[in-house]
Amino acid sequence: MNDAREIQGLKGVSTWSAFCATLRRDLIIALKRRNDLLNPIMFFLIVVSLFPLGISPDPVELSSVSAGVVWVSALLASMLSLDNLYRADYEDGSLEQLLLSPQPLYFLVLAKNIAHWLISGLPVVILSPLLAYMLYLPSEAYWTMVLTLLIGTPVLSLFGSIGVALTVGLGSRGLILAVIVLPLSTPVLIIGAKAVTDVMFGLPVSSHFALLGAILALALTMAPLASAAALRISVN
Amino acid sequence: MFCERDERILFSDLHFEVAGGELVQVKGSNGSGKTSLLRIVCGLNEDFSGAILWKGEPVADVREDFLASMIYTGHRAGVNRILTPRENLRWSASLQAPADDSQIVEALGRLGLRAYEDIPCRNLSAGQTQRVALARLLISKASVWILDEPFTTLDIHGVKNLENLLAEHVSTGGAVILTTHHPLSVNCRARALDLDQQRINS
Repeated sequence: MNDAREIQGLKGVSTWSAFCATLRRDLIIALKRRNDLLNPIMFFLIVVSLFPLGISPDPVELSSVSAGVVWVSALLASMLSLDNLYRADYEDGSLEQLLLSPQPLYFLVLAKNIAHWLISGLPVVILSPLLAYMLYLPSEAYWTMVLTLLIGTPVLSLFGSIGVALTVGLGSRGLILAVIVLPLSTPVLIIGAKAVTDVMFGLPVSSHFALLGAILALALTMAPLASAAALRISVN
Repeated sequence: MFCERDERILFSDLHFEVAGGELVQVKGSNGSGKTSLLRIVCGLNEDFSGAILWKGEPVADVREDFLASMIYTGHRAGVNRILTPRENLRWSASLQAPADDSQIVEALGRLGLRAYEDIPCRNLSAGQTQRVALARLLISKASVWILDEPFTTLDIHGVKNLENLLAEHVSTGGAVILTTHHPLSVNCRARALDLDQQRINS
């Protein structure tokens, strides 16, 4: 009996099904918490729509800042929703169960990060052309903006995850999260916004895309490992 | 099955082993390190010196095998309040060992949660939430159960039920390490490890 149990235990479940189950679980939780789901999108919409009111409704002035405004708002919207990533799991003990899974933590953390991006990043990417239109972004820059956001927002989720994992055990986090995450995400902001501005001036942008792609590749391979290590420390 | 550890923070020169078919109750006053000991054994806490062996090998070398054979429930139930018991257990099962829906329903039924499968856990009482966490034990194939205060918040029937589950698990060759202040009356091989006596007063 004992041996039979051990053999079954050893076989366990495949990493792929654990990955899918974790992704599905986080998406179900997000769908059941409508407020949290809408928060980053509403925040993104509100911040971007305030700029024409604050700066000037003048198309020339607005279009010169539009790329930066959309990118900064996307970054802030992503950061706003980061805290949901591990907090509830930490508080209810699910995080301990995640850490004690025999499956590689890299894939489980990656699943959680992908879920976070699907909830907070993808809607921003989808809405961005609408807001770009509102800010008089020249039409030739639309695709560049959507593509840079599409490559850049997953990086924001992946790097942000490291910061949340490090701070999830702290009682009062305050600005620590921003201090940890912003230095990691600003390169993405700079390159992303620069690519959109360069397109407006008719400059080549392939180098920016190459850089963004390299950062995404780096983030995909390294960030979940760092998050996993940070989670172990936080739960300790 | 063989487990051993030495430790020098809350307790020093602590050495014990747990064999299959055995229940070990960790005793000790509040703050004596019961929870720390269990968290160290299952690998959540790494602030210790000494060694934990699994089947005679250091846990670090056979971590995957150890984790696949072990299940832990702590003070925090590990049950998401928004999800239903069924969804919670589905996820737990996917992390540990495959379980189909009928196994989940059966496990919940055995713990007195029939008809609660699809109610969000935030609408359940503390005792019922604890039962959801305990249902994990039934769907997992783990041979080692590490339970931190599993009896808290359970009612009389729940306590009786859990004691039966523990006895059944031990009698089929499993091992249980648990902490509790509740006087255990389990019908199986059981021994106690008293941390108060292990501690050296300096």
